[in-house]
Amino acid sequence: MSLISVRKRPGIVVFAALCLSLSGAGRVAAQGGEPRSFAIHGAKVVPVSGAPLENATVVVSRGVITAVGTNVAIPADAWVIEGKGLTVYPGLMDAFTDVGVAAAPASGGGGEANAKPPISKGPEDRPATTPWRNAADEINLGDARIESWRSAGFTATVSAPKSGMFPGQAAVLNLAGERAGDLVVKSPVAVPVSLQAPGGFRNYPDSLMGAIAYVRQVWLDANWSTQAEAIYEKNPRGVERPRYDQSTEALNDALQKHAVVLIPGNSSLEIRRALVLGEEWKVNSVIYGGQMGYEVAAEIAAKKVPVLVDLKWPEAAKDGDPEEVPSLRTLRFRDRAPSSPAALQKAGVKFAFYSGGITAAKDILPAVKKSIDAGLTPDAALRALTLSPAEIFGVADVLGSIEKGKIANLVVTDGDLFDKKTKVKIVFVDGRKFEVREPLRPSEPPMGDLTGKWKLSTSTPNGAEELTADLSMETDGTLTGTVSSPQRGTGSIFSGYVSEEKFSFTINLPIEGNPTDVRFTGTFEGNSMKGSISVLGYTFEFAGTKPGAAAGGAR
Amino acid sequence: MNRRRVNFGIAVVALLCLLTGASGAAREKEAKPSAAANPAPALLIRNATILTVTHGTLEKADILIKDGKIAAVGSGLKAPADAQVIDASGQFVMPGIIDCHSHIAVDGDVNEGSVSVSSMVNIADVLNSDDPAIYRDLAGGVTAANILHGSANSIGGQTVVIKLRWGQPAAKLPFEGALPGIKFALGENPKRSNFRASGMPDRYPATRLGVEETIRGAFTEARDYKKTWDDYSKRVAAGEKNLIPPRRDLKLEPLVEVLEGKRYVHAHCYREDEILMLLRVAKEFGFRVQTLQHVLEGYKVADEIAAAGTGASTFSDWWAYKLEAYEAIPYNAALMTRRGVVVSVNSDDAAEATHLNQEAAKSMRYGGLTHDEALKLVTLNPAIQLGIEKRVGSIEVGKDADLVIYNRDPLSAYAVVQKTLIDGRVYFDREKDLAGRAALEQEKKELLEKAKKNAEKKADEKKAEGKKPEEKKPEEKAKPPQERTDEGGAR
Repeated sequence: MSLISVRKRPGIVVFAALCLSLSGAGRVAAQGGEPRSFAIHGAKVVPVSGAPLENATVVVSRGVITAVGTNVAIPADAWVIEGKGLTVYPGLMDAFTDVGVAAAPASGGGGEANAKPPISKGPEDRPATTPWRNAADEINLGDARIESWRSAGFTATVSAPKSGMFPGQAAVLNLAGERAGDLVVKSPVAVPVSLQAPGGFRNYPDSLMGAIAYVRQVWLDANWSTQAEAIYEKNPRGVERPRYDQSTEALNDALQKHAVVLIPGNSSLEIRRALVLGEEWKVNSVIYGGQMGYEVAAEIAAKKVPVLVDLKWPEAAKDGDPEEVPSLRTLRFRDRAPSSPAALQKAGVKFAFYSGGITAAKDILPAVKKSIDAGLTPDAALRALTLSPAEIFGVADVLGSIEKGKIANLVVTDGDLFDKKTKVKIVFVDGRKFEVREPLRPSEPPMGDLTGKWKLSTSTPNGAEELTADLSMETDGTLTGTVSSPQRGTGSIFSGYVSEEKFSFTINLPIEGNPTDVRFTGTFEGNSMKGSISVLGYTFEFAGTKPGAAAGGAR
Repeated sequence: MNRRRVNFGIAVVALLCLLTGASGAAREKEAKPSAAANPAPALLIRNATILTVTHGTLEKADILIKDGKIAAVGSGLKAPADAQVIDASGQFVMPGIIDCHSHIAVDGDVNEGSVSVSSMVNIADVLNSDDPAIYRDLAGGVTAANILHGSANSIGGQTVVIKLRWGQPAAKLPFEGALPGIKFALGENPKRSNFRASGMPDRYPATRLGVEETIRGAFTEARDYKKTWDDYSKRVAAGEKNLIPPRRDLKLEPLVEVLEGKRYVHAHCYREDEILMLLRVAKEFGFRVQTLQHVLEGYKVADEIAAAGTGASTFSDWWAYKLEAYEAIPYNAALMTRRGVVVSVNSDDAAEATHLNQEAAKSMRYGGLTHDEALKLVTLNPAIQLGIEKRVGSIEVGKDADLVIYNRDPLSAYAVVQKTLIDGRVYFDREKDLAGRAALEQEKKELLEKAKKNAEKKADEKKAEGKKPEEKKPEEKAKPPQERTDEGGAR
């Protein structure tokens, strides 16, 4: 499977369209006939901004919520969704991520491979500083996480470019759209700062204190340039011209648009430092990290600084030395980190959750559940995924709760959001409906046995590829096993079935660093099979044979 | 920094190394926020041998502490009703040890090694109150330390004097009112002769000549910067409007402070030639070098050092770890003392700092310092060098109650710290430490077991999930006619 190369092809739109026509069960493209008015009727509605409503109705029309309540008239043009047994929540927000944002453009531009940034000899060289970058301008619709985050109930993110001490401005993105611009709700909303020195041989700064000193100088310069430029413009003659500085211009612009500044702080030491730095820089600061909040919640509350809590809870490194005994402080941190949100709640700190180091969307809510198990109330947990991030980033007038007039971002589940068994059934983004379905389970007994080693060949735009599938089928049709590709390694089947002569199985492979589902569906007869492979919205046909088996296998 | 060490001294007292558990004991006690808010209760240390350092040794005497200060010293003192009493019969009390060269309690690298003048960085920004070395130092009787930037650069970062208030947040560590400093470094380290990367150009400077030029160049810049600001202020004072203020430069500001006598220079050095070079450059630019650090050849130029009013902070007997450290002698501290230099003995190392009392004692053997002179090497003299001698460094009424209680004469190799006090509060208590270790070991054991159990449970759940057939649920249908989407999802 040449998955990566396909994504990089320039004629991607044309190609995608081609795929749609090729695969029978292709994706439904947004079309003129797409319904824009829905009523979820008779569901439990959890507005977050108010008490939950039983047997209530939510009406959305043309992207916004037009009515919520137990006694709501359903407009004639609305498609009605029977909500019995369903719960409607506001769409969830990931309060700090790079979902939907393209990776940093290679420095030096164009085809210059290995072009390294010049060595920074001081703060004036603006090392690892690109505050003019903006998530809203660098959206990557091909990011598979847009769909996986959405399917997990996340309808919006606060996304920012990655890497550097000033990586660029964050925007609030809705996780669906035909074109990049459709996603942007508000931009900019935040200026993330990292105190991670870029390092490199003789590259300033190469220490934590160097990074702090650097960021301090940048804020001073930003202040100075505002002042100097204003004076210079009044009377430029006879005065040395203040140097134009792309970085401070961008920062001043963002702050003028009320962007908050995100300062890192995970341990109590870092959190306290972030509180000091935020005051010193004279910016509206928000701390991100927050996992040792259980030690310093009261101090954060006293400063009234909001916190974004990283949901990637600390744990022992998977490939760490098994003989190494961690310090008591480390052990305590691992044990207590999930209790930080409860401590923040108790102290009255405004906080929101973000996925942080979590790479698979399905792991986000279980991580939230850990903090509920550690004392956070479910209501507060929900708020930290909805209204609180909306408030922190200044979009609470349009996002974060189910209220008339707000953007129709909704999550419809078949139970309590934090219950492990609950499934997200439908997601609305900007009033557009996305159904989230589990793969169909076999309704009929399998007609034959898929067990065995299969050779699969598929044809991609980059040429033919050979795969091997080692399948094992149980009598009820449940399918397990592995699929190997010489280019991409081996993935285990995590969901698979056989029903009559139809089969479907899905593996997960890292593609460009993102765990990505690859789905095989088709039919089989004896020792041959044919069908299609779906990945990242593209579909390829494949055919397979079971060479080892005698002709006319089990039937 | 980066020295391999050859220590001719006495081995580190072994028990001080067993502190993984002990470090937590103090934290548990001190981490409570209320501890910082409450004023220290009155305290009477009774019946001790008191080494005042400045007023001789008092036998069977008492020290009364009120509000964190020494309120009275003498025999038969009466304790106020609410006072805690420490019976120190047979024990020795001395002023808290001050380490004039330390790199503990720093979060991240101690060097901003990318540039030859890194005066914009500040150790005070990255104080790490969680560093267990703070507690280990306390267990060795240290109550204050000069936390220095490393020696990678001709002009290094800004430095800070701290009190070792273990358990308090980083913001509570700095010694209130102590003048900040800046690290300079001469010789091999700043010229990076031992720190080259193949294929990379050497960083300027690559010679001792270049080190001098770098310092001279930086101060020339700083002088110009100061003049720019002075001119600006004058024009503003004269009523001129619409002037663009000079841009603030965080690299040059601390150097201006040095020129204005508001910041101390602590200069890493070894050889006599570089020592004299720096004293000349300082004289030329009109500032004083507050301390020469290491200063292993200081005995050769002690008169010049004394004449410059510069302090010397050296090792007792630590040398030959590189060529420029070959001509060191254990008599260095004593010889410089005899020529009128204010001398201290420092650690430059977290382990060495746990027995600075012994390091001081060596100068009685090598060079014949008196008992009090030896004590001064780690108490009053470093206090003078750091400009905090009005607050600490000796046991006198009105000074901070930063004290160490030993079971024997602290200059004995057998002396073990019993208690260490800062601001009249006990920050290290050997008995309590020992008593608390079992509980900490137990807690650690329990947390490890819990983590192990959770990991097993997770693995089991994963297994179970993989096997369990998924329930078939009826699909929710939208009416009117349902929009077809493909399984798994999105449009």
